[in-house]
Amino acid sequence: MSEAEVLRAIFSVAFLASVLRVTTPILLPALGGLISELAGVINIALEGIMLTAAFVGVVVSAYTQSPWLGLAAALLASALLALGLAFFHLELKADLILSGLALNLLASGGTVFALYSLTGDKGTSAALASRAMPALNLPFLEGVPILGPILNQHNVMVYIAFLMVGVIGLLLYRTRWGIHVRAVGANPEVAASVGLNVRALRYQALVLSGVLAGLGGVYMSMGYLQLFQRDMIAGRGFIALAAVFMGGRRPLGTMLAALLFGAADALANQLGALQIPPQWVQMIPYTATVSALAIYALSQQRVTTRHRPLMFPRTQTRKR
Amino acid sequence: MPFIEMRGITKVYPNGVMANHQVNFEVEAGEIHALVGENGAGKTTLMKILYGMERPNAGEIRIRGVPVQIRSPFDAIRLGIGMVHQNLMLIPEFTVAENILLGVEPHRWGLWDRSATLQTVRSLAERYGLSIDPEARVADLPVGVRQRVEIIKVLHRGVDLIILDEPTALLTPQETQELFRTIRELVKQGKTVILITHKLREVKAISDRITVMRHGRIVGTLPTAEASEEELAAWMIGRRALPTLKRPPARRGPCILRVENLSYIDEGGRAILREVSFEVHSGEILGIAGVEGNGQSELVEILAGLRQPTAGEIWLDGERLPAGTPRRIRSMGIAHIPEDRLRNGVALPLSIAENLIADRYFEAPFSRSGWLNPGAIRRYAEDLIRAFDIRAPDPEVPAEALSGGNLQRVILARELSRRPRLLLAAQPTRGLDVGATEAVHHFLWEQRSNGAAVLLVSADLSELISLSDRLAVMHDGEIVAIFPEPQRLSEEEIGLYMLGLRRQPLEREEGS
Repeated sequence: MSEAEVLRAIFSVAFLASVLRVTTPILLPALGGLISELAGVINIALEGIMLTAAFVGVVVSAYTQSPWLGLAAALLASALLALGLAFFHLELKADLILSGLALNLLASGGTVFALYSLTGDKGTSAALASRAMPALNLPFLEGVPILGPILNQHNVMVYIAFLMVGVIGLLLYRTRWGIHVRAVGANPEVAASVGLNVRALRYQALVLSGVLAGLGGVYMSMGYLQLFQRDMIAGRGFIALAAVFMGGRRPLGTMLAALLFGAADALANQLGALQIPPQWVQMIPYTATVSALAIYALSQQRVTTRHRPLMFPRTQTRKR
Repeated sequence: MPFIEMRGITKVYPNGVMANHQVNFEVEAGEIHALVGENGAGKTTLMKILYGMERPNAGEIRIRGVPVQIRSPFDAIRLGIGMVHQNLMLIPEFTVAENILLGVEPHRWGLWDRSATLQTVRSLAERYGLSIDPEARVADLPVGVRQRVEIIKVLHRGVDLIILDEPTALLTPQETQELFRTIRELVKQGKTVILITHKLREVKAISDRITVMRHGRIVGTLPTAEASEEELAAWMIGRRALPTLKRPPARRGPCILRVENLSYIDEGGRAILREVSFEVHSGEILGIAGVEGNGQSELVEILAGLRQPTAGEIWLDGERLPAGTPRRIRSMGIAHIPEDRLRNGVALPLSIAENLIADRYFEAPFSRSGWLNPGAIRRYAEDLIRAFDIRAPDPEVPAEALSGGNLQRVILARELSRRPRLLLAAQPTRGLDVGATEAVHHFLWEQRSNGAAVLLVSADLSELISLSDRLAVMHDGEIVAIFPEPQRLSEEEIGLYMLGLRRQPLEREEGS
């Protein structure tokens, strides 16, 4: 492919459609991360939960030959992992960040171990005849110019991801549960003083964040790709956390930030066809994340840096 | 039969402090009962027991003659007892209505019913004659209004008795009047109010009966009409007269600190300081009065080098103060007693000795070529502990083991032992008992006699009036008045300036 063709490809409907595809596995865990962050118990284990879900989904769908059973098993595994994280932190009082990192390491090593035990292969699940989630054809988009090709014929998980933005927004801002979760995150003492069960709400928030991350993981191995590869999440669980903060800890902002990171990912995929060393191209999503966060942080501070206290920034410290 | 009856209440904390000893306390329905005493007298502990936040070691509680067990605040609320804490239990990010109905939100089909929430709060506010905007964010409200929100929140839980813990501590005289009107309205509607305070004038103004506590015991209960301020003070402190502060004569020297047109805009783009100008001279205490949040804290932090001003100049002894790190600023002879002593004044887990050398550990003899010299540090700490009368068994004791008054002495020892040219004292007696407060006043005056310039920010107007040689009043980031002889002013008069209702004509602002 020549440079001109690549450029043409970037500004095509196919590219925009691919942005939606690669945003999905960032957006889903980001919404999970958002819930846990607002509850005051940020879920660092999104990455590991996604990887586990991706693996479990592939294996169960291969043995049952049902993608739906694969999905169900993956979500169950995600919920259990998140429950474990919540248990370590809320019952055993372990540090939330360290517990999350431990789960990530466990997932990385554990999936490879299980994969090898099942298939004798340490790299991919190619030996397993796993199933994928179906693509969805929306009849009302058929034949619609531009929008049709961009929005139609995606994997069902893509639609679920963007639908979830609204659902989670509604949940957080228009239900009592959402108010309670945000209250618990903002000030656990106040929440407890009016009779809210801080611990239970944090359990619920963490498990829900795990399930959302699990959806993202399932999409990775049963939609975006149709097999499991070792460490296939490749940092998306962490990019998702970046999207939460860049999105100003709001659902819509989180979606926009996820789309930005998704666009960088899609760009890297397109440029893969060029005569550029692939290492450089593969750096794009990560460089984009780091630069976007840096620009965001600067824009937050630029106007005010000079007036900030040097030593004691008045940010709220989260109670652990 | 009394409404609330507490019999033989004894509370010993795990650290051995006996907060309440055989306390008998009664409240009649429909009265405003003031519970007074010094800090540490056990008032708050007694009320926390009544509200279920603390369990007593012995004693019983009866409500309308029926013995009750109060194990948690929920038990208390179920029994009709509510409490408004000194640090209000509100979520700043939430609106007034969300805060008031937190946990008991009206809902329909699983969704939060926003209009019903607003409606409920409006009718509550109307019923008790409290003006409030249900949709305002709590973070944007002044303290007096936040307190009103908290009171409505407690009322909404259906309580008959409201305990107010030091409710006027952060209020202006005018806001205090407003609060008193509210309290009277509540009583008119059949509620009972317990007011924890140590401000005798307020007690006289609002209460029906007074109970005085001292050292964890009840000294006595009497109708307010029969109590004189002198008598109450004697009961509280255990001696006849209030300590009268003898002002040593001022020896005003040359100008040490000159601030010119200092402005500060915060992270959110709000103007916190607007062209503030003033001078502090050697041998003089300049007091700064103001409702909290009107720029005093930021002013002190800028002078201490902890924040960078947006515009304006600061001159120390005729030299322009450079923008620099706190270490550089301190080396120029500026000492700082910070407002939040637990956060910014000491490192709680570190020892007293380590806290005392926190700003000089890098100098000889405390360290040489990067190695600390424990012997020298210990000797130095022992000297300061003696000189400043810090009550601690050993310099190696962690700071967190000390009482508030002793902690403040550690800070004073560190800050004053270097003979500062300029002393910035922010809320130096907040939360201290009478003895420790007197010690702080003594040290401030000693600095003044030694020729230091002292800038004193305090929320306690009577302290400002008695200590200051001149008194500046801040409102909304501006200095609205500077009075040469604050002793001739009344608190109410200063309150008018604090609230921005009155300001001095410009030409007088430079003061004496």
